[in-house]
Amino acid sequence: MILGIDVGGTHTDAALLEDFEVKKKVKVKTNQEDILSSLLEATSSIFASLDPKRLRRIVLSTTISTNAIVQNKIRRVGLIIARGPGIPPSLLPFPEDTYLLSAYMNHRGFEVVPLDEKEVEEAVSRFIEAGIEHLGVVGKFCTRNPAHELAIAKLIGGRFKHVSLGHKLSGRLNFRRRIATTYLNAAISSLYRRFALAVMNFVRDLGVSAPVYILKADGGTIGIEESIQFPCQTILSGPAASIMGVLALSRGNSDAIALDIGGTTTDIAVFADGVPLLEGFGVKIGGLKTLIRGLRTRSIGAGGDSRIKWQDGKIAIGPEREGDAAALGGPYPTPTDAMVWLGLIKIGDRDKAGAAIYTLAREAGLSVDEMARKMLDTTLEKICEAVKEFVNEINNEPVYTIHELLEGRKIRPTNLYLVGGPSEGLAEPLGKMLGCTPHLLPHAEVANAIGAALARTTTELTLLADTEKRTLTIAEEGETMYIPPRTKIDDIITLGKERLKERAKRMGAKEDELEIEVLEEQEFNMVRGFDTIGKNIRVKLQIKPGLIAGYNSEKGIR
Amino acid sequence: MRKTGLVFFPAFDWAIAPDHPEREERLLYTQDQVFEEGLLDFDNIVEFKPKIAKEEDVKRVHICVPDVSSVVTESHMISAGGAITAAEKVLSGEVDNAFALVRPPGHHAMRVVHGARGFCNINIEAIMIEYIRRHYGHKRIAIVDTDCHHGDGTQDIYWHDPDTLFISMHQDGRTLYPGSGFVDEFGGPNALGTTINIPLPPRTSDEGFLYVLDHVVLPILDEFQPDLIINSAGQDNHYTDPITNMRFSAHGYALLNDKLCPDIAVLEGGYSIEHALPYVNVGIILAMAGFDYSDIREPDYDPEALRQSAEITAYIETLAEAIYRKWQDRKNIKDVGRIVNGYIKRRKRIYYDTDGIVEFQEESVRVCDSCGGLVLIESRADTGYHIYAICVPGRSCAACRAEGEYIFESTPKFKYNYVYFQDREKDVFLVK
Ligand SMILES: [Zn+2]
Ligand SMILES: [Zn+2]
Repeated sequence: MILGIDVGGTHTDAALLEDFEVKKKVKVKTNQEDILSSLLEATSSIFASLDPKRLRRIVLSTTISTNAIVQNKIRRVGLIIARGPGIPPSLLPFPEDTYLLSAYMNHRGFEVVPLDEKEVEEAVSRFIEAGIEHLGVVGKFCTRNPAHELAIAKLIGGRFKHVSLGHKLSGRLNFRRRIATTYLNAAISSLYRRFALAVMNFVRDLGVSAPVYILKADGGTIGIEESIQFPCQTILSGPAASIMGVLALSRGNSDAIALDIGGTTTDIAVFADGVPLLEGFGVKIGGLKTLIRGLRTRSIGAGGDSRIKWQDGKIAIGPEREGDAAALGGPYPTPTDAMVWLGLIKIGDRDKAGAAIYTLAREAGLSVDEMARKMLDTTLEKICEAVKEFVNEINNEPVYTIHELLEGRKIRPTNLYLVGGPSEGLAEPLGKMLGCTPHLLPHAEVANAIGAALARTTTELTLLADTEKRTLTIAEEGETMYIPPRTKIDDIITLGKERLKERAKRMGAKEDELEIEVLEEQEFNMVRGFDTIGKNIRVKLQIKPGLIAGYNSEKGIR
Repeated sequence: MRKTGLVFFPAFDWAIAPDHPEREERLLYTQDQVFEEGLLDFDNIVEFKPKIAKEEDVKRVHICVPDVSSVVTESHMISAGGAITAAEKVLSGEVDNAFALVRPPGHHAMRVVHGARGFCNINIEAIMIEYIRRHYGHKRIAIVDTDCHHGDGTQDIYWHDPDTLFISMHQDGRTLYPGSGFVDEFGGPNALGTTINIPLPPRTSDEGFLYVLDHVVLPILDEFQPDLIINSAGQDNHYTDPITNMRFSAHGYALLNDKLCPDIAVLEGGYSIEHALPYVNVGIILAMAGFDYSDIREPDYDPEALRQSAEITAYIETLAEAIYRKWQDRKNIKDVGRIVNGYIKRRKRIYYDTDGIVEFQEESVRVCDSCGGLVLIESRADTGYHIYAICVPGRSCAACRAEGEYIFESTPKFKYNYVYFQDREKDVFLVK
């Protein structure tokens, strides 16, 4: 049996599954002040009739990290930065509590200026004096050579509560994002650690010995103990849970759109051959662009409860939500009211919906029917337009080879999956407008919990072999090793796959879910003068977001 | 701050040959540096996917022998398309300026194309410029070529065009390929002074480049008053470039770009792919976007070691003065060549070093006060092709057009493999 729990902003959902059948679902209100109590409330009825020994795994998606960042409940962080030439310090994020070193590496990972230990000591004493307990260390091109970051960590020793190193958090190139990512990781580390330990205790007290996982922004899971090192990866796990829920509850492997139509917003995700798409570099949170792997979503400020106004002879939807729909006692007309009035959904009081729509209809000189139609059409158009723009953006992503430019795969969605309250009334027309077959999903009310429950462990690995230097660097592992000059790209891929498997297992993956995908494989002859001096081989591997072994996309979830 | 468009297309799967300077690896480290600096995350730097140029875009500029598809590959059409995309973003107002960081380059490709020369098959700036004029109306355009090699292809294409100012600063042709670009190359009889060459001595450093920029290029631009400034942004003046002998730095390139303030920059050459290009390109992007580029510096940069000699400084000062004086005096130049039946003829022998082809060309221009003048070209290459081309210029006068049309009709086909008629004004291209 598997238990999935999603601690969302308003509700906490739990779903208990056995052989991909939903045995029990629970929905309670979330207490933001005390997430653990919400956990307890959501799971108590489940555990009342469940032998904890029968649980195979528990997966939790939580807003704790997201909230900490968005609500600015984070710790002060000292940053030690080795930046080298390039963009000026004024264009780096975080001017305060930042110490710039003179050491740096170049793009090939050669050390240009060695580390000056005195500078590190000065930074450390300055931060200690300022009462800073959390530290981030980031070097430009540290993914090409982590030596400076590792040496700095060694010098710092145990003098701080937490030290985050840039290269451990992502193998991708983007110094500014790496700084932001490292900063966030350090800033929420104490808060997250406390939370994770509390969850571990809570589960142990229930008598559960099964492994506990946390859902990450990329829709994959990570063992809770491992996650303590990488708290930043647990941000945005709610939206990720929703997308993984759609993945579990829908069937087939098509190009598809998933819409999570909520009260305030509509979240859009895209699947290519049934696999949810990831952000190119990383997700954005609290105004910061990061290197945190995350599912690619687009959110628009139009949901079932968005306030509708009549403005300049036109309907204006959202982005604000001023309460429930009028049909449910709310103050203003909303898309939900239009659907209620037109008989597309049956909730609340149709007369109240009509009365609210009437206020707009009178202003516009239309009948209530006409206005309700207009409200619905505008809502549909707004969602439709956002979906098309999003798909268009994905299809127009820059590529860097002639092959990709000419033969590049385009997303052409054929299916539309909808979850969320108002989706019932919008599914048919949206499907028509987008040229997709619409599907309302079963168990949609606990889709997030189901998504979390069934998500597999994901991870990625970035390898760069430079046969002139005779080194192979594995960025995320902070490893540099010798390779013979005749190394070939296939050797690197083989080695990378082994290392990725080890890493995934360390993160909590089971042997049967290690489905590896080669994201990038490039090999360049390095020519200087008229001689080929070596090869520059670049390989990126991942275990892509997906569902645990045993899930059958034909059968889906019962 | 300015909004800058970036068309980045490194063509990681294309090379002239595996060990040729123009190879897959060329923009690899530039990509690394651009990505690592996070330049694409700034709201005012936007990346665009290149479009693919069409045959008609090429035919507006070139006479490809025997036809377009025989002398270009997809890579050339993408490179030219990338330049077009950059221009479209600027002219539509989506961005303030744009940089087409694309390869392969194009500034050695002349009007008639029998093959590749100087790593270039088709002239991507010229294709872009004629695309602009076709789709956005006629413009006065200045091209400033800062590649280390003389932009002989661009010069050839605009030699007779009084509305296109071509300025090339490059290593003296006596010391470097293609061996041209001297001060006396000053434009055709109908376009005197709209070709300006600034041949700089080997080992010229930042100081020298910026001196001619300040004392020749900018003052001439000021007087020419172009609607658009295009920078052929070759990067082989760099002190680490393996195939040239100059001492320009990444910071110098950024400063030059900042002063020149081009509407569109297009990458040309530059083969110090590891030690120069990453820094030069980041510098140019920062400068175009209006960001502080004072921290752009190569790891091994040593201004003292790179300083140019006093002799070079003195030589450049004299050279700059002579060129500027010649420009100011351009309207008084009387001797434009021997006029025979209203035409002035020049003969050229063109060597296609990349493909090993030799071409003999006889080009006549109709002396005309009202337009750039009808151009007639007879070209014979050792590939066996013998062709004749009639080129009606943009904004042509009625007389030049009528004469061109008549000549096309009356030229006997049997004498040549092909007879081409190219009308830039009406965007017509005919072959017989
Ligand atoms: Zn060049
Ligand atoms: Zn004329």
